[in-house]
Amino acid sequence: MQHRYIPMTDQDRKEMLDTIGVSSTEELFQDIPKEVRFEGELNIKPAKSEYELTKELTELAEKNSHSNSHTSFLGAGVYQHYIPSIVDHVISRSEFYTAYTPYQPEISQGELQAIFEFQTMVCEMTGMEVANSSMYDGGTALAEAVNLSAGQTKKKKVLVSKAIHPESMDVIYTYAKGFNLEIVEIDHQNGLTDLDQLKSELDDETASVVIQYPNFFGQVEPLKEVEAMLEDQKKTMMIVSSNPLALGYLTPPGEFGADIVVGDTQVFGIPTQFGGPHCGYFATTKKLMRKVPGRLVGQTVDEEGRRGFVLTLQAREQHIRRDKATSNICSNQALNALASSVAMTALGKEGVREMAELNMKKARYAKKSFEKAGFETLHDGAFFNEFIVKLNKPVSEVNEMLLQKGFIGGYDLGRNNSSLENHMLVAVTEVRSKEEINQFVKEVGEANG
Amino acid sequence: MKLMANEQDFSVIFELSKEGRKGYHLPDLDVEDLNLDEEFSNEYIRKDAPDLPEVSELQIMRHYTALSTRNHGVDSGFYPLGSCTMKYNPKINEDIARIPGFSMVHPYQEETSVQGALALMYDLQESLSEITGMDSVTLQSAAGAQGEWTGLMMIRAFHEANGDDHRTKVIVPDSAHGTNPASVTVAGLEAVTVKSNENGLVDLEDLKRVVDENTAALMLTNPNTLGLFEEHILEMAKILHDAGGRLYYDGANLNAIMGYTRPGDMGFDVVHLNLHKTFTGPHGGGGPGSGPVGVTKELAPYLPKPLVSKRDSGEYFFEYDRPQSIGRIKPYYGNFGINVRAYTYIRSMGPDGLKQVSENAVLNANYMMRRLEEEFELPFNQHCKHEFVLSGKNQKKMGVRTLDMAKRLLDFGYHPPTIYFPLNVEEALMVEPTETEAKETLDEFIDAMIQISNEAKEDPEKVQEAPHTTVVDRMDETTAARKPVLRFYREE
Repeated sequence: MQHRYIPMTDQDRKEMLDTIGVSSTEELFQDIPKEVRFEGELNIKPAKSEYELTKELTELAEKNSHSNSHTSFLGAGVYQHYIPSIVDHVISRSEFYTAYTPYQPEISQGELQAIFEFQTMVCEMTGMEVANSSMYDGGTALAEAVNLSAGQTKKKKVLVSKAIHPESMDVIYTYAKGFNLEIVEIDHQNGLTDLDQLKSELDDETASVVIQYPNFFGQVEPLKEVEAMLEDQKKTMMIVSSNPLALGYLTPPGEFGADIVVGDTQVFGIPTQFGGPHCGYFATTKKLMRKVPGRLVGQTVDEEGRRGFVLTLQAREQHIRRDKATSNICSNQALNALASSVAMTALGKEGVREMAELNMKKARYAKKSFEKAGFETLHDGAFFNEFIVKLNKPVSEVNEMLLQKGFIGGYDLGRNNSSLENHMLVAVTEVRSKEEINQFVKEVGEANG
Repeated sequence: MKLMANEQDFSVIFELSKEGRKGYHLPDLDVEDLNLDEEFSNEYIRKDAPDLPEVSELQIMRHYTALSTRNHGVDSGFYPLGSCTMKYNPKINEDIARIPGFSMVHPYQEETSVQGALALMYDLQESLSEITGMDSVTLQSAAGAQGEWTGLMMIRAFHEANGDDHRTKVIVPDSAHGTNPASVTVAGLEAVTVKSNENGLVDLEDLKRVVDENTAALMLTNPNTLGLFEEHILEMAKILHDAGGRLYYDGANLNAIMGYTRPGDMGFDVVHLNLHKTFTGPHGGGGPGSGPVGVTKELAPYLPKPLVSKRDSGEYFFEYDRPQSIGRIKPYYGNFGINVRAYTYIRSMGPDGLKQVSENAVLNANYMMRRLEEEFELPFNQHCKHEFVLSGKNQKKMGVRTLDMAKRLLDFGYHPPTIYFPLNVEEALMVEPTETEAKETLDEFIDAMIQISNEAKEDPEKVQEAPHTTVVDRMDETTAARKPVLRFYREE
């Protein structure tokens, strides 16, 4: 059958084979030894027509509950937010999504400039001097930051707060193995990193301190105190993982002397899509500019003096440094970085703060509503848009009941921490209405018994 | 010819900003208002708002539309960028990935509420296992480079589990992509180079020389970066396996062999795939990609967790109970949105279609190679697979470098081939047409290449000074690197 993605006709094939000087395409594969030839047909499903496949996969998708079919209070690192319609219209322009890495600047100015603007926006949000073109996601960006700190300081010990995202912690361990780093986990108390323990572990061998702001429980870590602690350990780097939306309201980590700030821009214009692709960001001080992993776009001029943009400082990168490289990343999440740029542009200077405050105010309303309904909530500290509610039974049991009522409940903290069994991490973003919150509190109450 | 354009079209978005403009409409505050500042101590309340643009929605759309017109994608024109498989990105893939049941699912929902997503992942795992001849596949890896590192970490864990901690050397051909040795280093292993012979294939004698009791693995792309099939693959596999090493398959060039041979049948133990290449990702301007990793039964215990498994009852679930796993390499479950696109593609093609893909990718490449060898030096004269490498050394004698020819191609509306790679070919031009290009397109491109070669003889300056029609000329990359300007600054 002539497939719609393959244009060669029998006539074309005949002419091409004549030019090549062979009688069949089979001859072109003669260099594959018989012993390794695959005979027969691959055992995968047969091709479906465009209409039938769309129908089948649409039905498959409908088996999933999602934030359009249900009202979601689930976050824990991935959030449902307002995505301006314009975002998808921009990233659907196929000049962007069917291009590759902008190796030829003369015909890639669009992508290059878009990345340059993204880098600028990340600098603005984080208060840092340099940002790269993006990383796979917030978790791997954090792990790369840890590796960078060890490479830069020539030290092997890293202090990591246990109040960071548990899956980021897992990824740090896997990434650190290649460089034989020693990861020391720092406990949390009342929802905040235990600074006394941090201080006692901090020494001359410490490459970096890793903290999340706001942390996995939604609490705002006292970065000022971490900064003060590091004054006696000037070489030790401060690595902060931040939800960039929170930085619409919170003082950015750059102002607390952070050396590296990472996180995920999923909150700006990227759908949850079952956890990926999202978009890691990576921001540093100017001092670390030449150590940053991944791609960087810089401004320059062409031969006639016109402003333009190029991939730059490529001597850092894996394809040049080969086995001397400190990171092997060669792609970035360009299309998702573009989505986040469009969302950040739409929100603008005022909008990011307004959106951050909406999250905070609605989350506080929800927390109070739970308390009024007789629930115990954990932690009284300053928080962003997430808080913990204590239940009488396993969270997954409650969540199964909530699904029947049209709700996607919060995150089950017992997944990672047995002392937090029956504790639900509830996320409230700007898209939740008062009525939805009221109904949710009521339904959680009923499910909780 | 330079087109005059509206000045606004060339602005950086921040230059269009004007205080008080808005491009958003957020939901109302429908709960009680409160003074947040009372809750925070002063130093945690942001004083200087981030300097994001303040523009209207139409301004945003015009800005990015203008940018898109200054960007070349596969939909804009031919893109024969070797080793990158710039094939057509089917539109149905985009539609399916945007169905709310896929795009609006949260990774932490109860498994009962994501059975559709899990079923898709499971079937994709199975399909990729079959296509590669592997026992099991993880979808967690975000891109090819991460797939390489994941595979190497698994090989390392395997050797360590056998008490072979001394196996730290990974052999990489001199023609390999730079990412291979970089991944080796990041996995805490040590890269060792094996030479290519005069036919562009791995030199078996040199391989025997470098393999020893400390060998962890050989990383190989097959067909290799010259587009040539490593005919002695079984001998290489035997050399490695006899010495206790494992064979790693870089799936960058899988587009050449689907349905003809499988890495598993060739003796490979670990395979990574680039779903954004062979399986129409798309490339997205540099990502996101997706780089699943397949392994033999022997290495399956080391796969990252979780995997998607199926109960006898037919229910799908995330399997976390994998004590020998190398752990987690990425939050959540991989780039699901890209995996949905790749799955849609596989289901659009079927077994027969995938074989046709490779058949026609190889046909196109050989056709171009035979027509172009009349004008360009062909360092390795044999049937190629999906791509081939020319040398521009004849043109260089006339003062025209491969870079110049690449820039001249821009004037014809083409993205140039990959240049100066692989490193073992002087003035290399690496051409990968893919199966989705029509013969007419190949012919026009070939004509342009021949014209450029003639220009090199008759009017070299025309090539040396190219491009002549692009929106900007060649950029000053030296200054860009010496005095880096990596973000926009407002003029005070």
